[in-house]
Amino acid sequence: MAKLTGIEIYKHLPKTNCGDCNFPTCMAFAMQVAAKKVGLEQCPHVSAEAKAALSEAQAPPMRTVTFGAGDRAVKLGGETVLFRHEEKFHHPTVIAIRVRDDLPEGEIVQRVEKINQLQFVRVGQLIGVNAIAVEHVAGDAQRFSQAVKLAAEKSPLALVLSSPDPQALKAALDICAERRPLLCGATKENFKEFAALAKESKCPLAVRAATLEELAELTQQIKSLSVEDLVLHPEIKGLADGLAKLTQLRRLALEKNFRAVGYPVMVSVTGSDPFLETALVSTFVCKYASLVVIDGAERWQLLPILTVRQNIFTDPQVPNAVEAKLYKVGEPGPTSPVLVTTNFALTYFTVEGEVENSRVPAYIAVVDTGGLGVLNAYADDKLTAEAIVKAVKSYGVMDQVAHKKLVIPGLVAVLKGEIEDLGGWEVLVGPEEAAGIPAYLKNEWK
Amino acid sequence: MPVTLPDVKKTWPNAINTVTLGATRDEGGTRTKKVTVGGATALPFHHFEGAMPYPPAIAMEVWDVAPQDWPDVLAEHFRDVWHDPGLWAKKCVEQYGADLICLRLAGCDPVKENRGPQEAAQAVKRVLESVGVPLIVWGTGNDDKDNEIFPAVAEAAAGENCLLGTITEDNYKTLVALCTAYKHKVITESPCDVNIAKQVNILATDMGFKPEDIVIYPTSAALGYGLEYVYSVMERARLAALRGDKMLSQPMICDIGIEVWGVKEAKASERELPEWGEQKERGPLWEATTAYVYLLAGADILVLRHPKAVASVRETITQLMGDGLR
Repeated sequence: MAKLTGIEIYKHLPKTNCGDCNFPTCMAFAMQVAAKKVGLEQCPHVSAEAKAALSEAQAPPMRTVTFGAGDRAVKLGGETVLFRHEEKFHHPTVIAIRVRDDLPEGEIVQRVEKINQLQFVRVGQLIGVNAIAVEHVAGDAQRFSQAVKLAAEKSPLALVLSSPDPQALKAALDICAERRPLLCGATKENFKEFAALAKESKCPLAVRAATLEELAELTQQIKSLSVEDLVLHPEIKGLADGLAKLTQLRRLALEKNFRAVGYPVMVSVTGSDPFLETALVSTFVCKYASLVVIDGAERWQLLPILTVRQNIFTDPQVPNAVEAKLYKVGEPGPTSPVLVTTNFALTYFTVEGEVENSRVPAYIAVVDTGGLGVLNAYADDKLTAEAIVKAVKSYGVMDQVAHKKLVIPGLVAVLKGEIEDLGGWEVLVGPEEAAGIPAYLKNEWK
Repeated sequence: MPVTLPDVKKTWPNAINTVTLGATRDEGGTRTKKVTVGGATALPFHHFEGAMPYPPAIAMEVWDVAPQDWPDVLAEHFRDVWHDPGLWAKKCVEQYGADLICLRLAGCDPVKENRGPQEAAQAVKRVLESVGVPLIVWGTGNDDKDNEIFPAVAEAAAGENCLLGTITEDNYKTLVALCTAYKHKVITESPCDVNIAKQVNILATDMGFKPEDIVIYPTSAALGYGLEYVYSVMERARLAALRGDKMLSQPMICDIGIEVWGVKEAKASERELPEWGEQKERGPLWEATTAYVYLLAGADILVLRHPKAVASVRETITQLMGDGLR
């Protein structure tokens, strides 16, 4: 956020200390506004000019732009940092898949339906493709309208409409304006017509230029036509050029508060090799694209792409936790092992993965450690003998097995005796690392 | 209204160390090729504001025993050679263009075949006589076992300027002494923690080991299994290095194949999980994608397994180097 000091805000206030804002002085009020505790509108006397000047200065350095409608609407931008460890990345990169209008209608429908299916559940979260980018490459505007119509009918996903021809775009908008598509895109040649379309339809507009200077110039021109929901679409020549341009755009917006590029950025990736395409998308998910348009629509390609996005946009400040309960891997029975672990998501999913690898059906009893891993939880008194016994008892799992043996993580071997005393079970010390679980279950578990 | 953009280029007070692996006959070894990594004066591939004189290098993984648990889509490329680490290494270099060989002494692992020092040394010699590229030798991760086998390994490779690892906070003295005596470089391992990464480097250099002879292993995680933690630890370490921290200025190595080929996204066939698509593509792409991401965080050496991942990561490095590669 661009931050204004109390003094800067104070300069724009009436300085009458009238108290109508419920603060004793204008200065006191200004300090509260600066701290974002109250809004400027709480002063009934502030002038329109002052409001405009302050809201401009207080606007976040990168605008958040929404396209799509209803629960499929997606947010682009609003980013506040260059590195995720500094805070977090806010709005996950929207992945859009391209549908060209020169395909036969049957193939368009097939492709759209295939794109709709590109949804996966990972680590308990639904991750999926968010948008379809209909691209006008056929000579005839009719084909574009028809392709847009099919995409809108067959898919609930957000739409990107891409055409160099304002007339074709206008006709397509008549079909789907209520879906609030992203219009793509204005260039220095056609920006007036595109801006008029965007203004009339209230749809966001992508702005395309070869250099960052041209891009900045163009956004200012379009902004002067009262269109402000913009998405930057720099032309890029390969990975190195793309990384350089997107890095500089992000720095200009956040570090220099340079308004002309204070917008989310999109990248169009074209390439026949799905591996290289994945390299490009992964790079731009990490490094600063809010929207990436790709060709690939195979499940084996989208799963890693969507997982990169899920990982990189994970909030580093929030411990990632799974529900503390009894989990089953495979179909465990009375002779299956019972393993204890913590509810730190990474720990749990690693343990679960290794138990799956072992092909030994098992129970995993997850103890609520507030999202801490084994060692941290132990150090923090969250993974204690009492906590383990309480959790295991509450799951009733020891009544479901015949052996009364509990496997605890090797890193907390020291808890063995106490758990045996409290729980009345035999406690076995498992491996220190999850990677040792398959060998342990195969060789030592009996 | 022509626009002038504010300058956002950054200059940093410090550069990443340059590390060269391998020694030719003139230098007391037998390598026909050397590999240099590091030397960057800016964040990875930020050619617009700094130099990246050496591209990241790809090491292919070779074992001293035939692996038992590699899925078919991976094993099919090596089954013909994996009875002999020399032939295996030769295939990686000649057919798949590996810059380096990473020999993992998996057979010495007490929970596997528990092989001894002489067998470990023999495997190292086989690889050295079969290929001309520099060698990384990765131990078992079992402290006692590593301390038992590395004396013979370091001696067998004396003068070859190999990269040996790993040392940790709790186990560093033996291997650091061996690397000093036999002129090898060392890998310092830390559990996804910048402070411990630094601490291990301090422990090694306190023994008189040169900071320029260290490569950092910040641990690696497969895509989907903690990748973001490692990514951010690497970014933080690289930023600290460029800002001047000499104890984090070492190149970084990512051990990717072993992580990726242990997770189900790479291992599960499409028969088991049809909704994830073809394993033949998914497995190597999972490995390659993990590498694509670590390249951006500062990976200088990537240890990989699948030929298709190797080819794609190489192409990606070439593209990322862009005009920076002269």
